[in-house]
Amino acid sequence: MELTTIVETLDLDVKTTEGDFSQEISGVYVSDLLSDVLAHADEDNLWITLQGHPNIIAVASMKDLVGIVLVNGRMPEDETLRKANDEKIPIMTTEMQAFDLAGKLYGLLGKE
Amino acid sequence: MARTKEVTRVQELIYEMKVGQVMSTEVITVDLDSQMSNLRNLLGEKRISGVPVMDNEQLVGMVSIEDFITCLADRNSDCSVREQMSRDVKTLYDTDPLVHAVQEFERHGYGRFPVINRETGKLAGIITKGDIVRGLLNKMEIDYHEEETQRRLIDRSFEEIITEKTRFTLRYDIVGKDFNRAGETSSKLKEALKRMGIPPDILRRVAIATYEAEMNTVIYTSGGKLAARITPDEIAVEVQDSGPGIKDIDKAMKPGFSTATDQVRELGFGAGMGLPNIKKCADQMQLESTIGEGTRLKFSVHIKRSEDHGTNNHR
Repeated sequence: MELTTIVETLDLDVKTTEGDFSQEISGVYVSDLLSDVLAHADEDNLWITLQGHPNIIAVASMKDLVGIVLVNGRMPEDETLRKANDEKIPIMTTEMQAFDLAGKLYGLLGKE
Repeated sequence: MARTKEVTRVQELIYEMKVGQVMSTEVITVDLDSQMSNLRNLLGEKRISGVPVMDNEQLVGMVSIEDFITCLADRNSDCSVREQMSRDVKTLYDTDPLVHAVQEFERHGYGRFPVINRETGKLAGIITKGDIVRGLLNKMEIDYHEEETQRRLIDRSFEEIITEKTRFTLRYDIVGKDFNRAGETSSKLKEALKRMGIPPDILRRVAIATYEAEMNTVIYTSGGKLAARITPDEIAVEVQDSGPGIKDIDKAMKPGFSTATDQVRELGFGAGMGLPNIKKCADQMQLESTIGEGTRLKFSVHIKRSEDHGTNNHR
């Protein structure tokens, strides 16, 4: 499933201006621990987290993640957005909690 | 946000380039004492609509098709250039930046400006809007070619370094406690290795291990140095800091063990996964630490993996 389909279906708020939304998502990883994401997320995963500080971009870039969704109404810091645009990693936000978003994504991706 | 600050290459170039670089130097001129009827043939032949008027190598005026039409309208079968030309000539200097020329074209609405050599005061050329566009396009084409050739040269030199079995080292400084810049070193290293054509799986393992090592240095120390030695067989990274040191290395290697503060944990660090992650990514890892003196971490990732590493659980 393309990132753009997920953004539209789940009404995610796109915060970045750069990035490729036509990328196929291989799966989703949910975690707020950066080392855990580094250790266990797979390439082309979408990452769900609470963290909005700039280091999430470095982690997403290292792991070649497709994008990051900040849940619970959390907003990325300005510096995070700047780095995200530089690295062309899309950041989305939503009011949903991680459980709800993950559940909906599970449903969406399961249909494929 | 970033878009408003963006300056296009063209905007940059019109400040950089000079009128002298784009003007035509082959200038068709008429003599002050020639007749307008000669001018008609000249303008038609050369398909131009105005020329500078010269008197003994000095620019004295400009005469254009409009002047010629005025001459006809006055029902003069012929008249001299001297009578019809405009004497109030706007000129540009060859040393003027293009941006000045563009402004002058807008201000006066003329089709062309004679260009004067600033040193000699003599007519050096003539410039039209077409000359400016052509000049900019040429310059951008040259820039593009230079960039392409340079890129090819860099790519090739890296290939040669790798195949010639010479080893070289990339060195970086890591700033302690600076969470905004944390991760930059590993990003830079990853970018450099990517350009050398290191395979993606090797690249990712080196990048992750380097990132974890960098974060440890940022979180726990006042800074350190990172050196990555690249050889055809492996990438060996060494990170050294000057304190505080690790009390119990065995404990520190245990997944989940962490001495991070709550503040650091709040940022998503301090999961107690850093060193185990490094171990998982690396083919070899060595950690030495002395309390109060500092920590030295070495790890390497093999580029050409030999069979005996097949049993190791690397992803």
